[in-house]
Order: sequence, then C-alpha cells, then structure tokens
Amino acid sequence: MKAISVTVNGQQREAEVEPRQLLVYFLREQLGLTGTNVGCDTSTCGSCTVLVDGRSVKSCTLLAVQADGAEVTTIEGLGSDGELHPLQRAFHEQHGLQCGFCTPGMIMAALSLIEEHGVLDDETIRAGLEGNLCRCTGYQNIVAAIRDASVELAGARS
Amino acid sequence: MSAATEEGTRWVGQGVLRKEDPELVTGQARYIDDLTLPGMVWMTVVRSPHAHARIGKVDLSGALARPGVVAAFSGEDLASELAAGLPCAWPIPTTHWPEPFDSDPRMPTHWPLARDKARFAGDGVAVVIADSREHARDAAEFVVVDYEPLDPALDLEEAAADGAPVVHEDLGNNRCYTWSLSGGEPEQVFLEAPVLVHERYVHPRLVPNAIEPRGVLVQPVASQGEFTIWSATQIPHILRTTLALTLGIAESKLRVIAPDVGGGFGSKLNVYAEEVLCLAVARKLGTPVKWIEDRSEAYVATIHGRGVIQDIELAATEEGKLRAVRVKLLADMGAYYQLVTPGIPLLGAFLYGGVYDIEAYHFECTGVLTNRTPTDAYRGAGRPEATYAIERAMDALAHRVGKDPAEIRRLNYIAPFDEPHQIAAGLQLDSGNFVAQLDRALEMVGYDELRKQQHARRESHDAKQLGIGLSSYIEMCGLAPSQVLAALNYVAGGWDAAVVRCHPTGKVTVVTGTSPHGQGHVTTWAQITADRLGITPDDVDVLHGDTAVSPLGMDTYGSRSLSVGGVALWHATGKILDKAKTIAAHELEVSEEDLEWRDGAFRVKGAPDKAKTVPEIAFSAWTAHALPEGVEPGLEATSVWDPPNFTFPSGTHVCVVEVDTETGATEIVRYVAVDDCGEVINPMIVDGQVHGGIAQGIAEAMYEEAVYDEAGNLVTNSMLSYRVPSAAELPHYETDRTVTPSTTNPMGVKGIGEAGTIASPPAVVNAVADALIPLGVTSVEKPVTPERVWRAIRNAKEAT
Repeated sequence: MKAISVTVNGQQREAEVEPRQLLVYFLREQLGLTGTNVGCDTSTCGSCTVLVDGRSVKSCTLLAVQADGAEVTTIEGLGSDGELHPLQRAFHEQHGLQCGFCTPGMIMAALSLIEEHGVLDDETIRAGLEGNLCRCTGYQNIVAAIRDASVELAGARS
Repeated sequence: MSAATEEGTRWVGQGVLRKEDPELVTGQARYIDDLTLPGMVWMTVVRSPHAHARIGKVDLSGALARPGVVAAFSGEDLASELAAGLPCAWPIPTTHWPEPFDSDPRMPTHWPLARDKARFAGDGVAVVIADSREHARDAAEFVVVDYEPLDPALDLEEAAADGAPVVHEDLGNNRCYTWSLSGGEPEQVFLEAPVLVHERYVHPRLVPNAIEPRGVLVQPVASQGEFTIWSATQIPHILRTTLALTLGIAESKLRVIAPDVGGGFGSKLNVYAEEVLCLAVARKLGTPVKWIEDRSEAYVATIHGRGVIQDIELAATEEGKLRAVRVKLLADMGAYYQLVTPGIPLLGAFLYGGVYDIEAYHFECTGVLTNRTPTDAYRGAGRPEATYAIERAMDALAHRVGKDPAEIRRLNYIAPFDEPHQIAAGLQLDSGNFVAQLDRALEMVGYDELRKQQHARRESHDAKQLGIGLSSYIEMCGLAPSQVLAALNYVAGGWDAAVVRCHPTGKVTVVTGTSPHGQGHVTTWAQITADRLGITPDDVDVLHGDTAVSPLGMDTYGSRSLSVGGVALWHATGKILDKAKTIAAHELEVSEEDLEWRDGAFRVKGAPDKAKTVPEIAFSAWTAHALPEGVEPGLEATSVWDPPNFTFPSGTHVCVVEVDTETGATEIVRYVAVDDCGEVINPMIVDGQVHGGIAQGIAEAMYEEAVYDEAGNLVTNSMLSYRVPSAAELPHYETDRTVTPSTTNPMGVKGIGEAGTIASPPAVVNAVADALIPLGVTSVEKPVTPERVWRAIRNAKEAT
C-alpha cells in the first residue's frame, strides 16, 4: 500500500492505495464518488473522464498513485449551491443524454475542450469527442449542448 | 369513452425537458456498479477459451487457495441448486404458420455453467467468489479445466449441413426449426412474372455495446428465504418470474429492481447465466453477491444481434410493379437459446414485403445452432434484417427495369389508409401514408438537384462519386396482442399495466410496468397524466423498475412502452376521471350529465365557475366525509391494457454519400429522416430516439461486425477492435415527421425506439451502391468499410 494525497473537487483527501489501484476505482470505491462511470477495459469509451490538474484524463488510464499531489475534478465537483453548471444545464436543455451513463465523462471532456479552445464549432466538438462513446443519442444533441455551453462559458472571453 | 377526451392538450406534444436529467448530469444516478452492501462478495465467471470442447475435470483447488477467496463452484457443483435451465420464452416449432405443429420445438439444454461441453468461446464453466473484485479476478486465473477440444460448427451454412460438428448431440443436428408463412399464390406469380430479381444478403453479427456493461447484485434474507436482486436489466418483471422458475423460489420471495440502467438496445432484454448464478450463490452462501461484467467479457457473454443470410426474390412486371416476394433465411442462433433467440427472425417474418402492395408472399427461416455466442434481440430485432432485404432488393429491381429508386417505390407503395389494411403476409397494418413520407423526404433532401449533381460528377469521372440511397420501412412493434403472441408460440402475454394514485395533497404517483433505461418514460408519462388530470408534469412522480412497487408489468423492449404501457396509463387516468366525475357531481349537486371536462376541471355546463378539479376531488375522496353512496374512499386506479393489434410505425430515410473511388472511403454528407410514429407525446424525446437509432444503423452499415477466426474466437473482442462510432464519424441528421394516428389504441401512438435502426442500414448501403454504379459495381456488403468498397471497385475493374 502507498499513501497518497489528492485534492478532489477542492477537498484534500489522504488515502492508502494498492499500487495497482486505478484512479477511477480510487474515486468510485474509496471516495464513494460514483458519478464517474466505467464502460470499458481498454480506455476507449471515455465514461470515466475526469479533470486532472485542469485537463481531461480517462481515469482508467492513470494509477491512483500517479495522481498523488494532483487536483482532480469529477462530475460531482461541477455546479454549486444546488445550481447546475452551464454544461450540465446545456445537456439537460438540449436533450444531450438518454441513459446518462456516458454523460459525466462527456461533460468533463467538453469542459476541457472549452477550456482549451473557447467557443466551439461543431467540427471541433466532434473531433474533440472522439474518445467519448455514447450509444443512445447519436451525438447530435451532445454537440448542440456543448456548442451552447461553450458560448456561455467562453463567449465573454473571446 | 371516458370524460377526458373532451379536452384538448397542454403538455402532450410539447418538448418538455426531462425530469430524469438532474441526477444523471450531476453524477447522482445509481447504476448497478454504484451499489454496495455490507458483507458483499464478488463473483467472477471462468469462461471457456475454446469454441467447442468436452469438459473433463474442473480443478478449483488452486483458486480456493488464493487470498480472499470464499468459494468456487463448477457447473456440476451448482446442479442441485437449479430447478430448470436458463429459460427460452419463445420456442419455435417447425411449422407452416398458422397451421398447428405436430412435434414439440427442439430445445437445446442451457445450464448457466456448462457441464459436459463448452459450446462457445466464453461459455461459463466455473465461478469464483472472493472478498473483492480484484481477488475474484486474480483467483479465477487459477482454475484449471481439462478441455478436450472438438471441431466447432462456425460457418452458418456449413453448420446447417449434415455432417457438421453437432453443437447439442441430443438434438442430432444443428437445425433447430424451419418456420414458414405464405400468402396468396407465390409459386404461380413467380412462374408468370416477366421480371425476377434474386439477391443474397449477409448480415454479420453485431455486438450491442450498451455503454454500461451488465451487472447483478443479490441480497439474501436467509431467515425469510427472501432475495432482492438488482440487475442492469430491461425486464425486471420477466426476470422475477423466470428466476423463480429456474431456481425453484416462490415469486413472492423475489424482489427484482432495475436501478438506473445504462442503455440496453435489447442486450438487457434477457435472463442471463450470471443473474441465475448470483442468486444461486447468494442462496448457498447466505451473503450478498455481486457480479459486474468487464467490457471485453461482454463481447462474448452478452448476446449478439443479427447473424442472418438471406435469399430474397422479387417477381415484378416489366414496368417494375412488384407482385410477389419470396425469402429464405438462415438464422444463426449461436450455441444456446437465450430468452427469445429463435423468435427474432419471426419479428421480421411478416415484413419482407415492406411498404409495397403485393399479391403473394412466402417466408421461410431455418434456425441454426453454431459454436458462437447466442444471438437474441438487438435494436430492431428481425425488422432491420427484413427492411434491409426488401429495400436493397427494390433498388436492384429499379436498376433492372431502368427506373429511379424513388419512382420504383412510388409505383409500388400501398395507397394511404387510415383503417386497418390487410397485407399479403397476413397482418393487418394499423394506418399508413407512405407516399407522403417519400415526398417530404425528397423535398427536404432536394432530390432532383442532387441527381443533377450526381450526373455531373459521373460525367466528369470525379474521383469522389455521389450516391443517394432511399429506404422506406414499416415495422411491427408494440408487442402486443396476447392472443397473437400465443399463436406465435410466445410464452408470455403482451399487455402492460399502470397504477395512478392521487394523493390528498393534489400530487400524483404513477406506477408503470415499463422499465425505461434512457427513453424518458418518467417525463412522457408525467405529460400524459398532467393533461388527463388537469395538473402539471411537476405534480406527477413516476415509479418503475421495481417488482415490489410495480407488481404488474411486461417491461421495455420492441418499441412497446408507449403504445402498451402508456396506453395503460391513459386508461387508468380514465378510471380516475370516471370516479372523480361521480364525486364532483355529488359535491356540486348536479347530475354527471350536467358536467363537462374543460380547462382541467369538471365544470357545470353553462356555469363554468362551478367546478371541481381532480386535486380537490382527491382530497375529498381521502377525507371520505361526504362521498356519494357506494363510492369507496381514495382516488386510485389500475389498468392493464392488452392491445388488439401491433402498431406499425413507418417512414422514409434518404442518405447521401460521397465515396472516394480511389480509397473506398465513404462520407455521409446528408442524412434525412421522415418518420411516422403516430401521435407524438414529446417531440424532443422522439427526435432523440430517431437520432440514436440512425446512429446505430449507420454503425451497422459502415463500421460494426463481429469477426471470428477459424477456431471460433471472436477477433473483434473489445472496444479497440470492434468499432463503435464516435461523434467524429457520425453525421448531422435532418429529421421530420408525418402523423398518421394508429388505429390500434385510443392515443393514436405507434412507437419510435427502433425506427432509426430499422430504416438506416439500407439507406446507407443503397447510397454507397448508387455511387458505385458508374464503376460497374453490382454488389456491396455491409459494413461498407473502405476496404470492402475498394475491393468491390477493384473487382469490377478486373471484370471489365
């Protein structure tokens, strides 16, 4: 076991983890943050996407020990005071989800895309979401939601 | 007819935002792997690496010695726990339908863990139980099984032939059934007709890939002999009944809960070995047991879809007027029957004539066992196969008689009808207006202009050729009349149920027998209830997916939820209104005839201010201080709806592709869908279903295929090697609707869950084939990968 210290959604968390523990299972099973989902075992589906030091990372590709000292943001860390984050609200308003299983990963990936590129056009969104699979929506409403949210989040800045 | 039909609608027809979303977008959803119980142990299934092998000794000692291991069992060890094998609810006999059949259906034995032989690579042979996911998985590596490999039956045609390796020796050969159906005089028409078209289409197996893998958690209450089962399932009610039968436990002692479920597409419409095993082990050990499927495990352990070879023949006049359709299928069952495996081809059996007016029809299907993962329902189930065959063949007919694909369809459509219409295959369609859908789709896509552009590119020998593909479809869905299901030898009924409970505070709880997993029933059902009872969707809570809460239900599959479960809700709210009207008349001191339902209340005719709302009546029904004589306290009603017929959504899709004739790469440049699902409750949700359906159909047409090697191993065995398309691969969809109300139910609704997946594969492949016509390519197979297209072009060049 190895001791790690990770700031998760603004809270510093100390824990002992097995060296082979993946970040996603550390978040889900040790911290109880089950909003981050596991949809595959090949780092393909992107359901487990979180932010590590502000950039989107598939949390099944990182060992928990590698996150030692990092800042991690999960879906539970978005929004505040009972208000949805603009991306969460946009997914709701554009019907950008059906079963919801891929949604937390989609939202975290989108947040990183907006941070990186500002206001997004459809082509950038589609290319940027290549590592996040959804089987329900056909992506069109996801793209629309991210486009809307990018205007709200980054519009003022550009 | 109950009172509410007098009123217009306020919420129905609106794109009301989903009530389901807040928990899903904030990470507060509870999927199966999010659930944990004190004392819970983990199960891992040890699976055969061989497609076909006799099982010798199963040595569990190595696994039992590993850290954290609690127990391990072979198939023989658990034999005494089982009262029956895994269930098949749709045994298909050999028969010419609807004639009675002489001999019982041939049924392969299916234990949750194989005992004598492993019959596909992935067949479970043992389970290991440990105190953690990791310990169970680690220990499973130490189970040693003596296998004696046997030749596998893999190729569908070879497996059907005499002399093939036999998957189930007690059945003698791999042919399970041959089921046929005729209408009119097909043989005569085929003798007479001057134009005959014969096409052969191969449907590869598909892997469903709901983004949430399957999972089960069982909590035993040993002292009571009771069990709670959480499963990522579409069918909690059917699962409860079948688990009771399989494990010999009284149904009343089983509570099945479908928690938040991360997509299904038919793959969770089943009763799986792991559900039975978790329950059997939990009973044996007296401790909670959990199993979560790995994605790569899902590729072999969860059912596959499609897997059909079709020979379709059309008989037509020289002008291209279609007269008869004759079709012969070989359908890959896989190694066992799962819940409805053999019945899947029958869901398409009546539909190979498509939307066309024909006089004669013949369908025949032979089900074949192979040493591969069992097949079963995957989005569309039987109907995508039928639509693909007739729509590809219609293009072949158009080419043959020198007509445009739009014109050949227009010439052959069944004329618009709003009363039930009998087709040659024997079904009564509920309503349809196929030409209107074609006209709208052609208008949206700008068909004539596109043909001009295509012509110009052909003339200039452009490396990028344009292709335009049409697909007109009809599907039978909304399973449906219990008596018809009985005639098809389906074991269960086709009804569904709803409970409406009006609370004294004016709020309403709806309990539905459907079990949504992304379809938005909570919102849609609230909209229906709001309009019926004169309240708002916010006043309505909808409960589902728990057999203790909703004891009556037939669950969610086959685009049935709205047209069966939603209509049950409509009837239940009607009963509420009937009772409320009686109480309102009593309180307003008028006769019921003097009341009308208007603006969300029962109002005295001519004196609309004298009124009672349903919430007001709910309160007085609860206090019961002054109810009319003979009226019971409370305002609650249950309705069970068994539809008199299926429903028949229809539509026309148009796909426009650009094919790079040098590389074989296809790009979809336009995709237009005009669908008709009858009356629409929530257009936002309907569009979402259409988008997702088209995406899955495009995936089938262009990307996805389960590929096996010669030993029977699935080569495309993970998300790395099996290509589920992302946003980067899929196009923008342009959607519209026509509305032809169903005559099957009082709401006029039809269903929309599968339409996109049924319509889109032939639209895409027809478009690719259309682009390749100037290159002399006569045949392309799905998925139309760049390599396949490139090879087709090269072969055509070599032939000239």
